[in-house]
Amino acid sequence: MNGSLLDSVNIGNWMLIAPELWVLTMTCVILFVDLYIKEERRGIIHLLGMITLIFAAIITLRGGYLEEGATQAFAFNDTFVRDRMGDVLKAFSYLVLAGVYTYAKFYMRQFSLFRSDFYTLSLEALLGIMLLISANNLVMVYLGLELLALASYALVAFDRGSQRASEAAMKYFVLGSMASGILLYGMSMIYGATGSLDLAEISTAAAAAGSGDIILLFGMVFLVVGIAFKLGVVPFHMWIPDVYHGAPAAVTLFIAAVPKMAAFAMAYRLLQSGLGGLHVDWMQMLAVLAVLSIMAGNLAAIAQTNIKRMLAYSTISHMGFVLLGMLPGTATGFGAAMYYVIVYSLMSAAAFGMVILLSHHGVEAEKLDDFKGLNRRNPWYAAIMAMVMFSMAGVPIFVGFFAKWLVIKAALDAGLMWLALLAVIFSVVGAFYYLRVVKLMYFDEPLAESSIEAPVDFRAAISINGILMIGLGIFSSALISVCMSSFT
Amino acid sequence: MPIIEITFYLFAAVLVGAAVMVISVRNPVYAALFLVLTFFSAAALWLLLEVEFLAIVLVLVYVGAVMVLFLFVVMMLDINLAPLKEGFIRYLPAAITVAVVMAVELMMVLWVRGKFGSEAFESPVPHPPDYNNTKEVGEWLYTQYMLPFEVAGIILLVAIIAAVALTLRRRPEAKRQDPARQVQVKRDDRIRMVKMKSETKVEE
Repeated sequence: MNGSLLDSVNIGNWMLIAPELWVLTMTCVILFVDLYIKEERRGIIHLLGMITLIFAAIITLRGGYLEEGATQAFAFNDTFVRDRMGDVLKAFSYLVLAGVYTYAKFYMRQFSLFRSDFYTLSLEALLGIMLLISANNLVMVYLGLELLALASYALVAFDRGSQRASEAAMKYFVLGSMASGILLYGMSMIYGATGSLDLAEISTAAAAAGSGDIILLFGMVFLVVGIAFKLGVVPFHMWIPDVYHGAPAAVTLFIAAVPKMAAFAMAYRLLQSGLGGLHVDWMQMLAVLAVLSIMAGNLAAIAQTNIKRMLAYSTISHMGFVLLGMLPGTATGFGAAMYYVIVYSLMSAAAFGMVILLSHHGVEAEKLDDFKGLNRRNPWYAAIMAMVMFSMAGVPIFVGFFAKWLVIKAALDAGLMWLALLAVIFSVVGAFYYLRVVKLMYFDEPLAESSIEAPVDFRAAISINGILMIGLGIFSSALISVCMSSFT
Repeated sequence: MPIIEITFYLFAAVLVGAAVMVISVRNPVYAALFLVLTFFSAAALWLLLEVEFLAIVLVLVYVGAVMVLFLFVVMMLDINLAPLKEGFIRYLPAAITVAVVMAVELMMVLWVRGKFGSEAFESPVPHPPDYNNTKEVGEWLYTQYMLPFEVAGIILLVAIIAAVALTLRRRPEAKRQDPARQVQVKRDDRIRMVKMKSETKVEE
C-alpha cells in the first residue's frame, strides 16, 4: 500500500481537493491583504471572506469527478475521499459560515473586535471541517479534527479583554485536548487490532473479526467517547454551556452552527465506514448517549435564564436526536441524521443571530428578559425568532418538525420503540422553554423601547434565515431527498 | 522473562511514574524536569520498536528545544501555583473514586475476556541489519502520507496565527526605537547652533 511519489503529485488528486486548496489559498491571501489595508477599510476582509465561500461552493458543487458507476472518488493514496454526502455537508458549511460572517461583522463592529484574525481563524477551522468531512484515514480524521479544534480554541479567546472568554477558552482547550487524546488512544488500539489506518481496510478487518476481538472493541469504546465529546452529548457535555456562555456571541454562533456537521461526518466515517462490522456494539453505546442527552438537555434548559446557556442545553438535546438517527445504522437512518444536523445548523445560526441583533451599546442580549416585548419593538424580528423557536420545538409545518419526525421514524423502523417514545415525550418537555421565549416576546412588556438598528445585509440574512425555517418546512422534500440519496 | 520485556516494563514504569510526578510536584521547575524524564522514557520505548529516527527526534526536539524553552519560561515567570491547586485536594476523593472504578472495570474486562497481552499477538519480525528507519520515514511521509503531512503544516500555521492573534497588542504609550528614523536623522534635527555674544569682555 506504500504508494509512489508520482502517485501523490498526480493531477487528479489536486482536482479532487480543489475546494480545500482554494480555501487555504484565500486564507493566506487574507493574511497578507490585512497587512496593507487601513483599519477603517476592514470591510475588504469581509468581502474576501464571502468571495472565498462563494467560489468554494461553486468548485465543490461543480462535480464531475466521479467515474461511471462509482459513488466515491479517492485521492492521495486513499487518505482523502470525495462523495455526495461530503459535498452536501461542505456546501451547507459554506452557506452557514456566510451567514455567520454577516451576523458577526455587525457584532464585531459594535464590540470593536473587527479584526482579520476572526476571518483567517474561522477559514482555517472551515478547512479542518472540510478535511474532516472528507477523511478516509484515521490520521486524516485526527489532523482535520485538530485543525478545527485549535482554530476554535483561539476563536473562543478572541476577545482578549474578557475574563469570561479566557476562562471558557481554557476549559474548552483542556477538555478538548483530553477528548482528542482519548480519540487517539482508541485509534491506536484499532490500528493495533486491524493493522491499518485506512478506513476501508479497517472495515474489512472489523467485519471479519466481529465483536469477538476485545482490542477492537476497546478501541471502538474510546472512539465513541471521543466522538461524543466533540458532538457534546451527555455525559461528555460539560464544556458546552460554559463555552457557549463565555465566548463572544459571534464565536458562539460559529462553534454552535458549523462544526456539528463535521462531527456528524466524523461519526459516520469512523463508525459506519470504518467499524460498520461492530454495529451491534456501538449501537448500544449510542442509544445510552442519545437517551441521556435528550433527557438531560431538555430538562436542564428549562432552568436557564440566560439564552446562550439555554441554547447550549438545547444543542445537547438536538445532538441526542442526531445520534438517534444514527442508531439503526441504515441508509435512511444516516440520511435522517444528516438532515437533522443541517437543519439544526440553520436553526442555531438564526437563533444566535437574533442574540447578536438585540445586543447594543457593547452589552450582549444574553438574558431571556432581553426578548421581552420584542413584538412591540419590531414585529418582524419577533416573527423570525418565533419561527426559529417553533422550528426548534418541532412544531409541524416548520422544518424542525420534519427533522425530528424523520429520525424518530428511523428509530421506529429499527424497532427501537421505547427510544422513539422517550424522544417524543422529551420534545414535548422541550417545547416548554422554546415557547416561553415566544410568550416573552408577545405577551410581556418590553424592558427597553429603543428601536433595533442593523445594517441592510444583516437584516436580509436574518430574514432569509427565518423564512428558511418555514420555507424548508413547506418544501421539505427537496432537502430530504438530497440527504437520503447521499447514503445509498 | 526475556530482556526485551524487562526493558519495556522498566521504562514504562518510569514513564508513568514521571508523568504522575509532573502533575503532582509543587515546584514547576521540577515538573518540567519530570516531563523531560517522561520524554526520555518514551524515546527508549520507541527504540525497542526499532524506530531510531523518531526516538532521536523526540529527544532532540522535545527535550533539547521545547523543554529548555519551557524551563526558561517557568524560571522567568514567577508563577504561584498555590491558588491554582486549591481545588485539587477538594476534588481529589471524587477523582480517585472515579479513576479506581474505571481502572477496576477495565481490568475486569481484560482479565475475564483475556487475549489482551503480548501473547495474543505475534511479536514483530526484527528488521534486517541494513534497514534504514530515517529513509523509511521519509518515503512514507512523501508518498502514502503526503496529504496528512501537509495538513500538519497547516496546523502549525494556525498555531502561529492564533499565537499572534491572542498576544499581539499595540501599546501607543510604549516608547520604542524606530531604526529608520534613527538612521535618517541629520545633524540639524539634533543640534541647534546658537551664536552668542560673550557676556563680559575678556580682559586682556
